[in-house]
Amino acid sequence: MSITSIETIERNNGMGQAALKEAQAKVVALPAATAQVVSLPQAEAKSLPALLSAWLKPVLQNVVPPLITVALILLFWQIAASGPQSSLPPPTRIWEEAKDLIVEPFYWAGSQDIGLGWRILVSLQRVAIGFSLAAVVGVLLGALIGQSVWAMRGLDPVFQVLRTVPPLAWLPLSLAAFRDSQPSAIFVIFITAIWPVIINTAVGIRNIPQDYRNVAKVLRLNQIEFFFKIMVPSAAPYIFTGLRIGVGLSWLAIVAAEMLTGGVGIGFFIWDAWNSSRLSDIIVALVYIGVVGFVLDRLVAGIGSVVTRGTAQG
Amino acid sequence: MGYLKIDHVDKRFRRGSASTEVLKDISLVIDKGEFVSIIGHSGCGKSTLLNIIAGLTPATTGGILLEGKEVNSPGPDRAVVFQNHSLLPWLSVYDNVALAVNKVFGRSKSRAERHDWIMHNLDLVQMGHAKDKRPAEISGGMKQRVGIARGLAMEPKILLLDEPFGALDALTRAHLQDSVMQIHAALGNTMIMITHDVDEAVLLSDRIVMMTNGPSARIGEVLDLKLARPRKRLELVSDRSYIAAREAVLKFLYERHRFVEAA
Repeated sequence: MSITSIETIERNNGMGQAALKEAQAKVVALPAATAQVVSLPQAEAKSLPALLSAWLKPVLQNVVPPLITVALILLFWQIAASGPQSSLPPPTRIWEEAKDLIVEPFYWAGSQDIGLGWRILVSLQRVAIGFSLAAVVGVLLGALIGQSVWAMRGLDPVFQVLRTVPPLAWLPLSLAAFRDSQPSAIFVIFITAIWPVIINTAVGIRNIPQDYRNVAKVLRLNQIEFFFKIMVPSAAPYIFTGLRIGVGLSWLAIVAAEMLTGGVGIGFFIWDAWNSSRLSDIIVALVYIGVVGFVLDRLVAGIGSVVTRGTAQG
Repeated sequence: MGYLKIDHVDKRFRRGSASTEVLKDISLVIDKGEFVSIIGHSGCGKSTLLNIIAGLTPATTGGILLEGKEVNSPGPDRAVVFQNHSLLPWLSVYDNVALAVNKVFGRSKSRAERHDWIMHNLDLVQMGHAKDKRPAEISGGMKQRVGIARGLAMEPKILLLDEPFGALDALTRAHLQDSVMQIHAALGNTMIMITHDVDEAVLLSDRIVMMTNGPSARIGEVLDLKLARPRKRLELVSDRSYIAAREAVLKFLYERHRFVEAA
């Protein structure tokens, strides 16, 4: 292999020289290229309906199928729940009984007689506080575990056990500790959302390429600079995966927690409606919860995709 | 005395009870403004040697002296141009260089001076026009140019290049080699380059350090190149001393220290 390669290189070299001499010797005049003007078909100015349909088409393609699905579900539900023996109300009866809740989410008529929109906002506020705390503490703890082998050995087993505890199991303890329902609910959100944030952040930080670490070493970045300039951006895709799972879990937990702690949230509304047998109200509330959960998930995912625009591509 | 002194460096890697000796008794003195290439077959420990000079890997015994002082941790006085450019993908070209400039000159230069310095270095590698692009949006050769600009912008005492053009196609590589030659001529930096390309080593270097095969790689031979600068790629093709130098390196690599495993 090695000997032939010398020969090849030398031969190539010799050929290269020969070619060079030849090239210098012969100067061939090429016929001058004549420029031709080719007339291209003019782009037609798009008419307004054409533009509109080009914009509408993808919208329709994405909106029509789920609408059909929803219509079919409602139809099936209507048929199934219409019988006199049925224990659940059909869609038409829900519309009759809970029309005010559906069409007027933000009415206010006394402290317990308020629209579902307000209740959702109260629940969202609790989630916002609990989740923000979980995000900050989770990223910091995750960074610690990802960065230090000893922190991982010490903390990881504990976290792996604690994270399997169901959110509501924390509630009695937190009620005992805080002696108030509001901070207890927030604590439950916090403790629910923090585990996926910690674990994903730690994985993201363990996966920071050695090259980036070397760059930081050559530049002598200190711990704080390294955290903000290398660690967080590099681990951002992982961190946002954790945050997205976390926000979903905290929305699951808040409804359950509010059922037990009372107050004005959407969870308590469902419990209250159950106690006074307003099944239609419960179903409307479920739809609200589902839509808000979906929006929360998309919101965090959207922020994530904007923030990690550069990181995902190598 | 020498500017940079590599003093009896040994490197052994330990895994459990097994220990492999990668480098054995490496000693080399490099003068200020010199361009030194280190060449050898893959796996001979050239990159390990560069990492030891950079301070990224500790030497097992021996040490590195820069201007008479021992250096054993990484720092901007020994900037590294990494083989795979190592630009941070979430920062623009400008911000990648700015990260280095702000860290190194954050105290000594004003904001405007730092901006001028960043642009000066980007222009030096002809990348000023792409300052707002992200690394993913530019070609491999351009990324490596930015990597060089980042290294130069630290105003290092020594610029360490770790197979900087290894991943590039031949034409881009030739282009970048010319750029490096121009920069070296203009700024007179001290540079150490790891390479496995004989032509590249002969074209760019003042001295070529040839390493024997590992394990326990040593410096086999040091070739002094007495080619006048500036060097022109095409003129050198038929230059007698260039051909002789190429031959010497090729003979060392392929006759006396054939890389047996690769054959």
